[in-house]
Amino acid sequence: MGKNTIDDETIEYVGILAKLELNDEEKEKAKKDMEEMLDYVDKLNELDTDDVLPMSHIFDSENAFREDVVTNGDGCEELLNNAPKVKENMIVVPKTI
Amino acid sequence: MEFETVIGLEVHVELATKTKIFCGCSTAFGAAPNVNTCPVCTGMPGSLPVLNKKVLEYAIAVGLATNCSITQYSKFDRKNYFYPDNPQNYQISQLYLPICRNGHVDIETEAGIKSIGIHEIHMEEDAGKLIHDEWEDTSLVDYNRSGVPLIEIVSEPDMRSADEVLKYLDKLRMTIAYLGASDCKLQEGSMRADVNLSVRPVGSPEYGTRTEMKNLNSFKAIRRAIEGERARQIELISEGKQVIQETRHWDDNKEYSYAMRSKEDAQDYRYFPDPDLVPIHVSDELIESIRKAQPEMAEQKQKRYVSEFGLPEYDSEQITSEKPLADLFEKTTEICNNPKKVSNWIMGETMRLIKERKLDAKDLKISPKNLAELIDITEAGEINSSVAKEVFEKIFDEDISPKEYVKNNNLGNVSDEGELERIIKEVIEENPKSVEDYRAGKKKAMGFLVGQTMKKTGGKAEPGKVNGILNKLL
Amino acid sequence: MDISTLSAKELGDCLFNKEISVKEVLDYTYKTIEEKDKDINAFVSLCKEEAYERGSVIQEMIDRGERLSPFMGVPIAIKDNMCTKGIKTTCCSKILENFVPNYNATAVEKVLDAGLIVVGKTNMDEFAMGSTNETSFYGPAKNPHDLEHVTGGSSGGSCAAVAAGEVKLALGSDTGGSIRQPSAYCGTVGFKPTYGTVSRYGLIAYASSLDQIGPIAGNVTDTALLLEIISGTDEKDSTSVKRDEYDFSSVLDMDVKGMRIGIPNDYISHGLNDEIKEKINETAEKLKAAGAEVTNFDLGLLDYVVPAYYVIACAEASSNLERFDGVKYGFRADNYEDLHTMYKRSRTKGFGKEVKSRIMLGSFVLSSGYYDAYYLKALKTKALIKKAFDDAFKNYDLILSPVAPSTAPKLGESLSDPIKMYLSDIYTVSVNLCSLPSISVPVGKSKEGLPIGVQFIGDCFGEKNCLRAASMMSNGEA
Repeated sequence: MGKNTIDDETIEYVGILAKLELNDEEKEKAKKDMEEMLDYVDKLNELDTDDVLPMSHIFDSENAFREDVVTNGDGCEELLNNAPKVKENMIVVPKTI
Repeated sequence: MEFETVIGLEVHVELATKTKIFCGCSTAFGAAPNVNTCPVCTGMPGSLPVLNKKVLEYAIAVGLATNCSITQYSKFDRKNYFYPDNPQNYQISQLYLPICRNGHVDIETEAGIKSIGIHEIHMEEDAGKLIHDEWEDTSLVDYNRSGVPLIEIVSEPDMRSADEVLKYLDKLRMTIAYLGASDCKLQEGSMRADVNLSVRPVGSPEYGTRTEMKNLNSFKAIRRAIEGERARQIELISEGKQVIQETRHWDDNKEYSYAMRSKEDAQDYRYFPDPDLVPIHVSDELIESIRKAQPEMAEQKQKRYVSEFGLPEYDSEQITSEKPLADLFEKTTEICNNPKKVSNWIMGETMRLIKERKLDAKDLKISPKNLAELIDITEAGEINSSVAKEVFEKIFDEDISPKEYVKNNNLGNVSDEGELERIIKEVIEENPKSVEDYRAGKKKAMGFLVGQTMKKTGGKAEPGKVNGILNKLL
Repeated sequence: MDISTLSAKELGDCLFNKEISVKEVLDYTYKTIEEKDKDINAFVSLCKEEAYERGSVIQEMIDRGERLSPFMGVPIAIKDNMCTKGIKTTCCSKILENFVPNYNATAVEKVLDAGLIVVGKTNMDEFAMGSTNETSFYGPAKNPHDLEHVTGGSSGGSCAAVAAGEVKLALGSDTGGSIRQPSAYCGTVGFKPTYGTVSRYGLIAYASSLDQIGPIAGNVTDTALLLEIISGTDEKDSTSVKRDEYDFSSVLDMDVKGMRIGIPNDYISHGLNDEIKEKINETAEKLKAAGAEVTNFDLGLLDYVVPAYYVIACAEASSNLERFDGVKYGFRADNYEDLHTMYKRSRTKGFGKEVKSRIMLGSFVLSSGYYDAYYLKALKTKALIKKAFDDAFKNYDLILSPVAPSTAPKLGESLSDPIKMYLSDIYTVSVNLCSLPSISVPVGKSKEGLPIGVQFIGDCFGEKNCLRAASMMSNGEA
């Protein structure tokens, strides 16, 4: 019944963007969920918004700045406390090159 | 077929703020790994960014100096991509409403002045550093640089050769360094350039497919990469193949670039306005106050030094190549009012020692007061030129007071006429043959007697004075 | 002394007057939690040691005659998406199962500075994504009024803990109704303030432009006093707003005479449960009797609020949740061949289904080629909805509306049909899209014995109007 069809390639692509690895069953479910959601979201097309400016922030009149003053000390230990793998005060990750 | 190279540049410049762009962590170099970090710049859950006002001010200053229009309602956007040096897995940058747009800088080419368009300048955060661990074959993450403020200056595709690119970069470097917004060092990464390059048959109105080259760490690397990429693209086209739009990594050791694409790297950044940061309103007053505070730029100084101080154009160009040198020149001249001599000291000994000591102009220790004093005492004949050089080196290294140094080390010329006369009398007595020769009309003998006098005084007599006294006594 | 019958304010008075000690209150609290939470599952972690330690410090201050706030020494529960220094903060997700923050959220800091005692962290939908508390990694919290029913969500644990009498005060967060809807389901008072009133620093973001922390309590006075404690501008949160005044409780004794209150027609026609509709009418009558002008009007756009909300919320969530990648904290998968398989496996195993589904949708609507059609369209719709509310507030001081279309559904009935679940947020999401304040107050029970709530929505910064009407309603009840 839905107008939107999400193909395998799209689900694969979104998985790459979102860094999620779905098995075949999950993929089918994700396709169905996304199709349904998009059909539902397409309802927005009933609205004429040609002359409407998109609104990202509701309150946008006040600037929020900090002064260029050092306020933080050594954050190394606090960072590494939660890290899954550490070596020489750095976080270990699979090689990147 | 003749090909034309079309080049646009994306130049990243690290700003000289004390703290990071969105948190109060220090930007100082040389800290142990992950010391300069906090929840914000390490992407801890729940942490929020707050913009460093100085970053905005520097960005506007660079925009004004490059003839941009300033966006008075500007926003930050998130650029989403996963990489371990990017702790939030999105970089806070600007896409839709960058802070500066539509500027240009002028460069001098063989064909005359050429204007290079600046498409935009935007503010963003730098990433952390990844260090390869050879032992374990893993990578190690250090977030000290994460969140260091950058501006990215995006040019129009207006350059046609490596020469133009290097001139444009040098112009940017000098402008930004004059503003004090960054030290702009290519080698140390505080200035980085990505080169967008395409080729097209001469006369073709359309652009070819471009590639983007990254990892260019020196002017030499940029030149080689441009020449290499131009050749690679022309070869592809000549073989009837297509240039693929892609990002390429330049390996300067191998003088070769390779494509960086992978399946996991979709290059779909899903930019959207960052809801954690409020839009930036730039008032007319702020723009005006920054404009008023802009220092005189190199070009203006060059012209002024010629017209106001009568310096040769070459000198003027040399002295203004680095702002600290120009500052030293102006302040010293103000004190000793001898522009040509000041310029000579800067172009000669100062630049020689900077090079020899592998220093940076901004780290100069010489105070204008001491340089002026050195010039004054040299001009007054209190020391001779070789002593002056020795004293200068001391000023360069330790900024000593020349008068005191000369006195303490007894380097001054023998200035007491009586004393000098006594020494010369000795010389005359000890060299009757020369005196005879002189009196017999051999003018050369005079030179010998002067030399003997200089020897006796250890080089600290003023030759003019010695001549005068000798003449009198003979 | 029967602590169970006291309000938080009364308990604070008793503590200050030394009719009871902080330790006695903590003993009572943990005993109650021990008894009740086996069934209710409102708490996902307790911090007894820290609580007793803090308690003795607070007791000493009380003994010296110091009073930091009306709630000095009163226990409070914190939703598990607010960072608590040294205390596990999981967002009820496997991916943060072992995460211990190094800092307190500003709201938590303010609560501690006011002398309240944090006793534990409460259950919630994973990353606040859900309307029933059933997406929690730790299993659902259950409705104290009927254990077969959900608490609502996402702040289900906070509302259930208050409703069950385990604590008298709790903090929740509201992105699309997550304070108000479980308050309505559990019979508590829950207040979602104007966006920016309470700092979001340390609140683990779901959708940054919509998230707002707010108080949950057993009555309107306690709610207002707790809001006063946690609100205030914060230099660490760029989106926090500077308000002229924060003395919200000053209006609690004011009546509603002359207040113009509107009921949007489509909010009471759209498949709204009859019993709830009845309660709305009763509420309107009470307000009228107290001197308010109550009229119906057309607000419009109701069909579009949920799709606009989901596009915006999921888009922001997809980006906000990128940082959970197994690199810096939280769960890292055991088996991976390279960087990208580490990312993918950590995230795939670490996140629950609903979270993954929203991340997928959010990534899709922001992706190349779809941004304008979905994300930008949603932002334009948001502008239209905001305009509709702006127009309404030209004529009304307050909007009276249902909180949810029904009372708390049974456990296990909601997750199978996501769109139906999303539609249960239809009356609450506009408030977040438009940054408005809204308070949910209980107005009675259904025949089944489940609580029914209504909400009073104010214009931006109109918290006091919300509180005037809410306090009148609760006075009427009492």
